Amino acid sequence: MAEFSLKVNGRSHKVDVDPETPLLFVLMEDLRLNGPKFGCGLSQCGSCTVLLDGEPIRSCQFPTSDAAGLDILTIEGLGTTENPHPIQTAFIEEQAVQCGFCISGIMLYGKTYIDKNPNATREQIIDSLNGLLCRCYTHTRMIRALERYARGLRA
Amino acid sequence: MTPDALSALERAGFSRRGFLKGAGALIVGYSAGGGGMIQAQNSGPPYPAVPLNQVDSWVVIGRDERITVYSGKCEFGQGFSTVQYQLIAEELSVPFDRISLIFCDTARTPDQGVTSGSQSHFAEFGPNGLRQALATARAALFQKASERLNVPMDELTVQDGMISVTADPAKQVSYGSLVAGGRFNLTLDARAQPKNPAEYRILGDSVWRHDLPEKVTGQFEYVQNVRVPGMLHGKAVRPPVVGAKVVSVDQNSVRGLSGNVRVVVKNDFVGVVADKEWQAIKAAQTLRVTWSQGVTLPNQDEFYDYMRRQPTRDAYVVRAPDVDDMLKQAKSVVSATYLHPYQMHGSLASSCAVADVKGTGASGTATIWSATQGVYPQRDSVAVVIGIPRENIRVIFVEGSGCYGINGADTVSYDAALLSQAVGKPVRVQLTRRDEMVAGENYGPAYVSDLKAGVDDRGQIIAWDYEAWTLSKGGRPNANNPGNIITGALVGLPTPPIVPAAGNSPNNFNNGGNAASSYGAGCVGATCSGTGTIRSERALTHTIQSPFYTGPLRSPNRLQNTFAHESFMDEVAASVKADPVEYRLRHLSDARLIDVVNAAAQAANWETRPSPKPGNSRTGVVSGRGIACVLYEGDNGYCALVAEVEVDQASGIITVKRLVASQDSGPISNPDGMRNQMEGGALQGMSRALREEVRWNDERIISADWRTYNIARFGEYLPIVETVLVNRLDVPQMGAGECTITVVAAAIGNAVYDATGGRLRQVPFTTARVLAALRARPS
Repeated sequence: MAEFSLKVNGRSHKVDVDPETPLLFVLMEDLRLNGPKFGCGLSQCGSCTVLLDGEPIRSCQFPTSDAAGLDILTIEGLGTTENPHPIQTAFIEEQAVQCGFCISGIMLYGKTYIDKNPNATREQIIDSLNGLLCRCYTHTRMIRALERYARGLRA
Repeated sequence: MTPDALSALERAGFSRRGFLKGAGALIVGYSAGGGGMIQAQNSGPPYPAVPLNQVDSWVVIGRDERITVYSGKCEFGQGFSTVQYQLIAEELSVPFDRISLIFCDTARTPDQGVTSGSQSHFAEFGPNGLRQALATARAALFQKASERLNVPMDELTVQDGMISVTADPAKQVSYGSLVAGGRFNLTLDARAQPKNPAEYRILGDSVWRHDLPEKVTGQFEYVQNVRVPGMLHGKAVRPPVVGAKVVSVDQNSVRGLSGNVRVVVKNDFVGVVADKEWQAIKAAQTLRVTWSQGVTLPNQDEFYDYMRRQPTRDAYVVRAPDVDDMLKQAKSVVSATYLHPYQMHGSLASSCAVADVKGTGASGTATIWSATQGVYPQRDSVAVVIGIPRENIRVIFVEGSGCYGINGADTVSYDAALLSQAVGKPVRVQLTRRDEMVAGENYGPAYVSDLKAGVDDRGQIIAWDYEAWTLSKGGRPNANNPGNIITGALVGLPTPPIVPAAGNSPNNFNNGGNAASSYGAGCVGATCSGTGTIRSERALTHTIQSPFYTGPLRSPNRLQNTFAHESFMDEVAASVKADPVEYRLRHLSDARLIDVVNAAAQAANWETRPSPKPGNSRTGVVSGRGIACVLYEGDNGYCALVAEVEVDQASGIITVKRLVASQDSGPISNPDGMRNQMEGGALQGMSRALREEVRWNDERIISADWRTYNIARFGEYLPIVETVLVNRLDVPQMGAGECTITVVAAAIGNAVYDATGGRLRQVPFTTARVLAALRARPS
């Protein structure tokens, strides 16, 4: 066990955990966050995605010690129901969710790519989500939601 | 925004966008307090029964005008709870933000069995469901208002929970003041009239889903997020091969690990508990267990032949006595065999449950937070597993990831209950990805389907003969069969075996598994209730013992049977050079099925001509179209699907370009919600048709993660998915979540035939199988 300072959604937290603990478990258990979730624990699905200094990582296999001191963003950090981020509003307006478990992967990979490439085509957006899983197959609406977000950025 | 303003928006037709509280905020005007969350508002056990036939079990109206509704049908991500809000708002004329909906909590909600099988609309809108309870309550409120205001009931109107004299609206009385916080003390009354769908203003509207704002902002609590004070973390340690038994467990092997690791062993159930989840994971990986040898599994390469040779339990859905004669008389006989593998639910999240079990025996108690599809049957079966009376057990549904049937949700609930009972603390268990896939869920079973059709000299089908083999082991757990799932068996509870039995001729036509095709007349005795014209039909299903646990995977058996029937119909059409749509219509008698076939064909700009497409080259990339249709389980949703594909004849790669799905489920509760389910079903069906197959070697399942169980994912070509809704207001509501997925495999297979002249008869349509089908084409 060792102490780490984690900066999550703009706030600092001190946690005392085994350094090898994947970041996901610390976010879920110690910080009681619901955004990143355990789908597979093998970096195969994307449910656990968080942004680390602006880049998406799979927190289910990322050692907590390697995340210390860096900026961690979960989907909670994007916005709330009272004050949503435009990308969250886009997902609501397209009703682009069925069970919603996969949302961290699609939203954070999509946001990261579109923020850098607001003129992205539909094919490029699909490509930016390469490998992510959504078992309810809400793909059609999620792509529309990301396109809507991109249009909002261009406006 | 005030409730009045929200109502005004709704009357003005703005409800499709939901109600936004404040500029840009996402709260769609619903109240907090969704179904089954952690706060236990009741006193503890023993929990009294919640009688299904009492209005008070369903609806409570407070003095503060709040409407609290209890239901036994739950939200799985399919959007049903939004429909329930709409139903309540419609029947009681109250705004959404005055409603609290609580579902699937054995201490508080009526027992509506399992939420599954596209049955929720049937149940909730049926004579014993929520709609009838609401109609009874409304009738009683009108009765009371009539007495209070001293006018006949037909001179009253209601709006926003306020009943007023139509001619003199100042004379009014609110629900809350009529009920005064008391009980209705009424039985559900069959004479109480629910609203006529033709008058719906809230049902039938694409109201935004109430749960989406919390889900997209990470505020929603899934069962994976349940946190109970003092909770410890458990992990299962499953047999490494099928059928292995515990020989010994070396508890010392985890002695050095941190986290107060405890080991629990009960027969072949082994688990560990630790303070933190990572510690439990390490302990489960480190624990040394000596297992016996397992069983030798049947060879997968010969498995379909193996299936034909086993003792069977037989069942006929239809059995006309003249099928063999008609086949002999036919001008030509077409025959084919179709093969469908075991497939997984493949829930995105491995299953999770939290259990708080105290003690054992008559004074023991338990609370379980579970994503089970059936809180009541789980309560009753867990009672057997942990030896605590069912009255002392409370199962609270908390949504997990989409489950599509029996994933590991019930088995992990047993795991958590056993571990909690052993350590005397609340324990959370989430299965590993491997355990979810290999030793957690109950698979959709494999199928071998033989089809024969006799065609007369006009090209009309005069006989349809279907014989199929499938498998079964376990299924949904219940009080009588707690061993129906893996943990139950590990702990020593028996899984009932398949008992061979001959099939009797049916007494009535029940096509619940779609074993009879759409083209049969469904005649049993003097009554014909099928959707087609072919009277000489036979449908025989043999069920054999499965080596693996099986259960209802989305469109159970219906999907496998329909793959066979709808592929075969296409083969017969091709044999007489008939257009696939026109040929189907020639043998259909059900107007609603005919309509959805036409609707899909029209929306897809169906080119009328036989398959295969003339002019397609035998090399290179070619395109084609195919259609399939079904009346889901004989009475629960009409749908059709046109698939457009491209086939690369060098590589065997199928690219699905477009899927056009039509559906008629009676009065549509939420059009956008229905489209969402149809789109998801179309793509999930495509994944299953093109990619999915559970694989095993001689001792264990080898499909254990997303690499070894291959599903369609983001980044691949995404077909255009279009949906055509048929809305009928004059028939009962039917289910909507499982019809589209049922017809995808056949539609794609038929499209591949249209493109190439090569016929696919085995799912999944791997490139190897496509290339083999191309090689098998007549030259």
